[in-house]
Amino acid sequence: MDISNLLKICIKALLNNKMRCFLTMLGIIIGVASVIAMLAIGNGSKQSIRSEIGSMGSNMIMVSPGNGRFGGVRQSGSSMQTLKLSDYESIVKQSSYVDKITPTVSASGQAIKGSNNTPTTIYGTNEQYLDIRGYEIASGSCFTESDIQHAAKVCVVGQTVVDELFSDGTDPLGQTIRFNQIPMKIVGVLEPKGYNSMGMDQDDLMIAPYTTVQKRILAINYIQGITCSALSEEYSDQAIDEITKILQTNHNIRIGQENDFNVRSQQEMMETLSSVMDMLTMLLAAVAGISLIVGGIGIMNIMYVSVTERTREIGLRMSIGAKGRQIMLQFLIESIIISVAGGVIGVVLGVLASKLIGLFGTATAVSTFSIVLSFLVCVFTGVFFGWYPARKAANLNPIDALRYE
Amino acid sequence: MDEIIRLDHIKREFHVGDEVVRALRGVSFTITRGEFVTIMGTSGSGKSTLLNILGCLDVPTSGEYYLDGISVREMSKNDRATLRNRKIGFIFQNYNLLAKTTSIENVELPLMYNRDVSHAQRRERAVNALKEVGLGDRLMHRSNQLSGGQMQRVAIARALVNDPVIILADEATGNLDTRTSYEVLALFQRLHRDGRTIIFVTHNPELAAFSSRTITLRDGRITSDVRNEKLASAAEVLAAMPKEEEE
Repeated sequence: MDISNLLKICIKALLNNKMRCFLTMLGIIIGVASVIAMLAIGNGSKQSIRSEIGSMGSNMIMVSPGNGRFGGVRQSGSSMQTLKLSDYESIVKQSSYVDKITPTVSASGQAIKGSNNTPTTIYGTNEQYLDIRGYEIASGSCFTESDIQHAAKVCVVGQTVVDELFSDGTDPLGQTIRFNQIPMKIVGVLEPKGYNSMGMDQDDLMIAPYTTVQKRILAINYIQGITCSALSEEYSDQAIDEITKILQTNHNIRIGQENDFNVRSQQEMMETLSSVMDMLTMLLAAVAGISLIVGGIGIMNIMYVSVTERTREIGLRMSIGAKGRQIMLQFLIESIIISVAGGVIGVVLGVLASKLIGLFGTATAVSTFSIVLSFLVCVFTGVFFGWYPARKAANLNPIDALRYE
Repeated sequence: MDEIIRLDHIKREFHVGDEVVRALRGVSFTITRGEFVTIMGTSGSGKSTLLNILGCLDVPTSGEYYLDGISVREMSKNDRATLRNRKIGFIFQNYNLLAKTTSIENVELPLMYNRDVSHAQRRERAVNALKEVGLGDRLMHRSNQLSGGQMQRVAIARALVNDPVIILADEATGNLDTRTSYEVLALFQRLHRDGRTIIFVTHNPELAAFSSRTITLRDGRITSDVRNEKLASAAEVLAAMPKEEEE
């Protein structure tokens, strides 16, 4: 007997018990659909978090001064003065994986315009900072290289600052505001970026030439950090290695000695967050997977009933020449058909459910992986839970089976 | 004459708990092509056990059984299944048709287990077998839409479809009323006249008159083995019966 004959027999047997067959399938359908929907929700949230981090500049690398000692007292990184402009310059000269790079210094203070004032942070950078962080200029332009050389009192402001200081709707371009008593001319306004995933307002800032912030506001000659971007996300790791080596050389750090700086990438942060989301997704999928197992047990139960109910049929088939193997295959294929058909319907329902959930605002993303996975699990369920009843059928003695009442 | 079946001192013992039940205590006979043999015996005489052995569903504890020249005793389960598929046609008291399945599909069933028969051949042979038992107009009827006599005729067609060397009927008329019984018997007699070899197992002594030979079993032994020279015709008995009212 070839497979197509077997399939015909199986489908026929299943169609003879449509309702029972459907109810058995329902267990699998619900299981698969919920696995797919849960994975879709998990993936969706993961992706939305990734894209949020990505909007901050996904290939961004930040160098900050590390913890160090001043005469035996451990200091926090932010109070260290180990990063110099020369470090920035050597990275610019020597690195090959770094695309854009800027030294950074920052100061908090009060921005004042007329009777309005607002607390904000001023970042001292060069003009490449905007590209690295993914800021766009909405109007005006960024400050220039010559502004940096002259420590010009110019700045680019974020939308929040504009809203606070120019609540009457005046065009901020060309206006002069004061930051910690230093008058600064607004040469550009940033495109609003909104809040990031950590709830930080990304528009509440001013950007000025780093020399201006260093000399006029902070009165320091070191820099507080270096921000740069790797050529692309894939090169993040190489870029980090490269920067680390350059700085180790600059700072005369011998092998085995603790670095006095930290190099971190957004990539790492993304991975941490992703792994948390992965765990959540797995948890959701595991709960859904349990319902799939329950569905499988449903199949096993029904196949047992089916074997008992059709004992006479099995006896007859054996008496007219069916081998044990063929009887076994018949019942195995029946359970596989139930589980695979249930799986297919479940996949369709799961995808539809995910789309529906997506419409209500929760981010969902159906992955091919989850579809393939749940489908394979279905086939496995069919074989696994169909095996035992099928073997029971195959091992029946035809004489007893024929006389079974 | 061709020897279809040869039994040599067949013994079959069953172990029930500590007891040994001797169902067959040395049965020997041969059946040649074209015979219509009734195996008769009361319940417990061992006729069912004998039938199981003849049908290759069971193997004897000792003794040799040759079916169409092949020794069955040493065969594996799978080989016996194939042997049943090619050489034997079974007919049961309770028909054993597949539920909710058409006549033609029921008849095709044995050929489904034969790789050498193509789809077209299968259909053709099933149709021919159904025509042979007079059900050419009932091909697509489901088994629950048929009367008892019709169901048994479908079962006979199923037994014929693989062109077996022997047809084994187990109380084939047991579930039928008198009139239908004779109809089925007449069909068996016609098959016999066409040259088929038939073994009919029954407990009903009346049926012996319609076969060419009667083997009587008692307590696992053959008590008589007689040839019936004057064959009664089931068709004649049927004609003599009062006609049923047409509905």
